[in-house]
Amino acid sequence: MVGEEVKLSVRDLNISYGSQRALSSVSLDVHEHEIFGIIGPAGSGKTSFLRSLNRMEMLQENMTVDGSIVFDGHDISEIQNVYALRRHIGVVFPLPVGLPLSIYDNVALAPRLSGIKDKSALDEIVEQCLTRAALWDEVKDRLTALGSLLSGGQQQRLTIARALSQDPELLLLDEFSIAVDPVTTMRIEDVLKELKQEVTIILVTNLVQQARRLADRTAFFLGGELIEVGETEDLFSGKAEDQRTLDYLEGRFG
Amino acid sequence: MTQAERDGGLPGQFQIFAATPLNTRNHQLQWLYRALFGLMTLILIVPVGIILGVLLVRGGPAISFEFLFSYPSDGMTAGGIWPALVGTMWLVAVSLIASVPVGVAAAVYLSEYAPDNWLTRGINLAIINLAGVPSIVHALFGVGAFVIFAGFGTSILAASLTLAVMTLPLVIVATRESLQAVPMAFREACWNMGATRWQTIRTVVLPNAISGILTGVILSVSRTAGETAPIMFTGAAFFFPFLPASVFDQTMAMAMHLFVISTAVPGAPDELKYGTALTLISLVLLMNAVSIWFRSYLRGKKKW
Repeated sequence: MVGEEVKLSVRDLNISYGSQRALSSVSLDVHEHEIFGIIGPAGSGKTSFLRSLNRMEMLQENMTVDGSIVFDGHDISEIQNVYALRRHIGVVFPLPVGLPLSIYDNVALAPRLSGIKDKSALDEIVEQCLTRAALWDEVKDRLTALGSLLSGGQQQRLTIARALSQDPELLLLDEFSIAVDPVTTMRIEDVLKELKQEVTIILVTNLVQQARRLADRTAFFLGGELIEVGETEDLFSGKAEDQRTLDYLEGRFG
Repeated sequence: MTQAERDGGLPGQFQIFAATPLNTRNHQLQWLYRALFGLMTLILIVPVGIILGVLLVRGGPAISFEFLFSYPSDGMTAGGIWPALVGTMWLVAVSLIASVPVGVAAAVYLSEYAPDNWLTRGINLAIINLAGVPSIVHALFGVGAFVIFAGFGTSILAASLTLAVMTLPLVIVATRESLQAVPMAFREACWNMGATRWQTIRTVVLPNAISGILTGVILSVSRTAGETAPIMFTGAAFFFPFLPASVFDQTMAMAMHLFVISTAVPGAPDELKYGTALTLISLVLLMNAVSIWFRSYLRGKKKW
């Protein structure tokens, strides 16, 4: 299912927090309709990479980004309307963030922010997104209940539904399964496999096996550098080019 | 000592549960501190209890429908407190109208927008200092700024604005604290959806900070109703036997009235003074109770 079209093209990306370098000269391409896995130990710059795609450096005082990130043919540093850019990119965080709004309002928030007011259109988006996130059946009878009172696993699926409500072209998942039980994790993974028909997904994960199950291609980050990118199957079948990748995948460190 | 004695009289296999001397000492210390802190709490509520008790006993009999709703008479040695009661409500209402929007807006700016630099730190320092300025200094500022410079004369408007300046730090600090208590993750989730800062503040941050903002309002209501110095020269009248018709009128006020009949009116019966004090305290408690109820109502609705 991997399209050859390049959705996201990153060249010589550097990210620093003050004088602390988080990511050094990373270059990679993400193809349309693939799940692109990023693995690496803590502090390897994975999350910083995701944050830079959404231009979060604008909201964080000491964060600086240079290099080029081209999304759908546009250099994102030249996009004036970053709000529109962020609407095209959905993000799911490590810890579920059920906003203290009703379940319905959680999912309807992004469409409302982009100007959709029509009740029936919103109803449709809410049902569709909750269904795609495999949560609809569990919450359809209590859409007015607070999203922040759902269980952790449900909140994480709510977060995914919320990310989908933006109708994103790119979905960023940052270690989404950290606070979720294995059964829910499997359900979400099934959801992601379906979703890649429609969206491009970047999956940052600490679970090497999760990358193996889901990712079409995988990148290995270590200490702020991109060690290598390759077809997931190749990396896991011992064809990684770099010894450090092999060691990490086989659990010799990290 | 037999084994059983060493085990605290328990059969040998329970030896591990027997108290060592250190356990016993820790246990005694824990009770000592509990008693000490409890005593401090009691000391704290004793004055409150005495004040309320004395006011109820000595002022209670004075409270009547006529006392609350009639004008003072016989050179303020008899009659009621109606104009002062109404005046205090005017002062509280107008000063809240002035201080809450300004205070909340300033707190939102400081918490959500302001970069962390020397200017912001200076402003924060100024706010803390403003809270420490004695109320008589606020009064003099009010005379200069509102009565004379702005030309409001001695009026409800000048007095309320003086009170508003005085209570601004309470509103700002309480609001800022409650804004900062809203988890950063909520804001980031919103920003990542393409929300502007203002959309984030309006939909997620402010609704979750509302109970903290109300705490600030409660504190400032109590202070506004109870202060005498700031209104003495700016708008509160010694005796003004009419209800104010607009914010440009002078007015009587409860705190000022209590001060006047206690110090400047020979022959005012004690009952009148205690009755006035009791009414003032009840008014403040009532307004606080309403805000506290409203706050817990909102808290019940919003949870995370």
